[in-house]
Amino acid sequence: MDTWVKDMRKLNDIVDYCQTLYDDLNFTAARDWKAAKPGRHVIGYMPTYVPREIIHAAGMLPLGVLGGGDNLEVIHGDAYYQSYICRIPRSTIELAVTKRLNFVDGMLFPSTCDVIRNLSGIWKLLYPDVYSRYFDVPQNFTSAVGGTYYVQELRELAEGLEGISGTKITDEALNRSIDLYNKNRRLVNDVYNVRQVTPWKALSWEVYLLMRAGMVLPVEEHSQLMTDYLAAVQAEDRPKRDNCRVIVQGSFCEQPPLNLVKSIELAGCYIVDDDYMLVNRWLQDEVPTDGNPMENLADAFLNYSGETACKYVPEREDKGKFLIDAVRERRAEGVIFAAPSFCDPALLDRPMLSGALARENIPHISFKYAENSGQMQPIREQAGTFADTIKLWGEA
Amino acid sequence: MSNQTQITTPAASQEVIKDASMLKQKAMIADNYDKLTRAKELGLKVASTYVPGNLNELIMCFDMLNNLPEINAIQNGMRKKSGGMIMDAEKMGHSEDVCTYVKADIGNMAKGSIAPNGKPMPVPDLLLLSYTGCFTFLKWFELLRDQYGCETAMLHVPYTGDGIITDNMRDYVVKQLKEVLIPTLERVSGVKFDIDRLREYLRQSAKAEDDLVWVLKSAKNTPSPIDAYFGGVFYIGPIFTAFRGTPDAVEYYQLLRGEIEQRIAARMGPVTPDGDLGEEKYRLVVEGPPNWTSFREFWKMFYEEGAVVVASTYTKVGGVYDYDGFRHDPDNPLESLAEYCLGCYTNRNLPTRVDMIEQYLEDYQADGLLVNSIKSCNSFSAGQLMIMRTIEERTGKPAAFIETDLVDPRYFSPANVKNRLESYFQMIEQKRRAGGSARAA
Repeated sequence: MDTWVKDMRKLNDIVDYCQTLYDDLNFTAARDWKAAKPGRHVIGYMPTYVPREIIHAAGMLPLGVLGGGDNLEVIHGDAYYQSYICRIPRSTIELAVTKRLNFVDGMLFPSTCDVIRNLSGIWKLLYPDVYSRYFDVPQNFTSAVGGTYYVQELRELAEGLEGISGTKITDEALNRSIDLYNKNRRLVNDVYNVRQVTPWKALSWEVYLLMRAGMVLPVEEHSQLMTDYLAAVQAEDRPKRDNCRVIVQGSFCEQPPLNLVKSIELAGCYIVDDDYMLVNRWLQDEVPTDGNPMENLADAFLNYSGETACKYVPEREDKGKFLIDAVRERRAEGVIFAAPSFCDPALLDRPMLSGALARENIPHISFKYAENSGQMQPIREQAGTFADTIKLWGEA
Repeated sequence: MSNQTQITTPAASQEVIKDASMLKQKAMIADNYDKLTRAKELGLKVASTYVPGNLNELIMCFDMLNNLPEINAIQNGMRKKSGGMIMDAEKMGHSEDVCTYVKADIGNMAKGSIAPNGKPMPVPDLLLLSYTGCFTFLKWFELLRDQYGCETAMLHVPYTGDGIITDNMRDYVVKQLKEVLIPTLERVSGVKFDIDRLREYLRQSAKAEDDLVWVLKSAKNTPSPIDAYFGGVFYIGPIFTAFRGTPDAVEYYQLLRGEIEQRIAARMGPVTPDGDLGEEKYRLVVEGPPNWTSFREFWKMFYEEGAVVVASTYTKVGGVYDYDGFRHDPDNPLESLAEYCLGCYTNRNLPTRVDMIEQYLEDYQADGLLVNSIKSCNSFSAGQLMIMRTIEERTGKPAAFIETDLVDPRYFSPANVKNRLESYFQMIEQKRRAGGSARAA
């Protein structure tokens, strides 16, 4: 596969390139990156958050593994899971047993839910010789307690990666990587901000593909791609539709099929914020690039990381605040709760979030999907009715 | 049996023999519910917490009562009340896909949080969120906090993803105990923490744990004097709930041990709801929680066929005492509480769970592994098919799989379960005749 070249600046080229990366279930871009230089390593990670800076500082490529989507036929994976367990672990197993991940030198399973947690154990049983780690994060957010614990967890992760590469991760290298990811997050936020202001220009399915590209490309290339997209999309002349503005919530792990993102938009809803691929913008401010980088990453996690169902909210009055704030900041008119079937975190969280929205008179609807959902008509009808309701009876 | 009392159950008009330990436990539970429902009148504060990571000794140091929502859900499940509660919660917007303990609890709240003694439960003074081995716990107490508006204290217990307890994990939990939980408990209760009081409770815990382990290991006898799953859930009752660390629990396990000793001497099998088991035909290890809504019917499917569960993983969910010798340690009180939380069964990684099951199969001379997969419990269920497969490969013993739920009666299909079990017992017979390995049912 061709890697991104800087003179490809047309919007269609950028989107086509991202679509090619998205469709490629053999992760050819990551394979090519690894093959380009001897001694390179690739570390896979699942949703929701891992500190990719540490992987990058080890000279490795962080590879987001987000399941198999709607183009992967799951045959083997179903033999590992009961029918009432979500789809992402079974399609991830399918990717592994069909050798699509056989170039991956290690896998990280973040603290997302019991299913992802137990998948880390399945991985250890299936691939005892491959490095794998359940990556835990603190649910206590004080520096002396949760911070001390997390710094040590980060060090253990770094030691694990050093064991693969045989090279020490220096503070200098890690600070350089933090700098690159700071830049990447700034660009991600720029893309989200442009979509918020001109959602008819930065279409959600394009933004989605652009963010997905960040799962498989080196951070430097992904940043360049976003820079080019931002320039290209401003030059586009696309018609503004009389759509309502919504936030999509609950899709932080198993990803919706691309057609679902398109369907919401086609039904009359501009998506002005979402929680797809939170790893791209989990840290919500710059991480300092001097001093002790592990402590800086820990401090960022404790004090200015995002919010999602897998993270504890210590104070009752803060529950749902981030969503209400997002509605206001993004000038959204409603929220669509779109969660994968059998997703414990999202589905257990939903009643609390919808209650918080109801108290603020913010309209919301909810539905479930699977990464391989094929029938979009019911979702289109539901989202369309929601949009009509907001347009007809919402506040002017 | 010297310590038996005959009582009559009015509903069935049938004489049931109750051992002294059973009566003791029943009285302990009734007394605890009485105290809980009279907490205000008695001037006692209430902490709600979970079975895995249950810090009963610590809670007692502050003269607080321990209320366990899972146990309340189980009580409502066994009384056939949970189904309606779950549907009420679903009508309130809770998904059909999530944990039925949570929905039974939320549905019960909507009906006034009625305890098994028919009196309303108090609003807890503290939600002590011991986040151990189950993601849902985190959300459950956020949901309860949303309803009750009471204070919540979080104890985050890291998952032992690499199968070991690291110093960092232990230190983190101890630090939370010192800097978050104990100050919060002091403030809520108005009682100052006394570590010597905690040591004394832990000393009592260790005594009870010794006897519990003796009871569990008695199943190595042939015939086994106990059923370590259906009977086992009664045996773990005191130690998993509000009694670990109390003289009552010590006495209960001494009584129980005495009764089991007599059964071994008399070469008797386990007690069942229909009396003593006759011939022991099959010895099983069971992975996963039981179904509570049809508990007796479920158990009957086993004992009618002469099947005895000689070891189970569910009886380790509130603490693993038999596998690697853990005991609460009065000399290292907070470290010991941390290790207890970190070592609960569902906080152990899948390879460790496989190792445990494999060892049970060998140590207890079991015929095979049965997995009861619970629809709404991903902590247990996700990965069970891999556990089965690995166990079969390692031991050559047959494994089988049934599906039920915790407290949602809609997911207990007796005909399907019975059919599966009968097939499984046939498979064991076939394997015995063939002398080789059998495939999963």
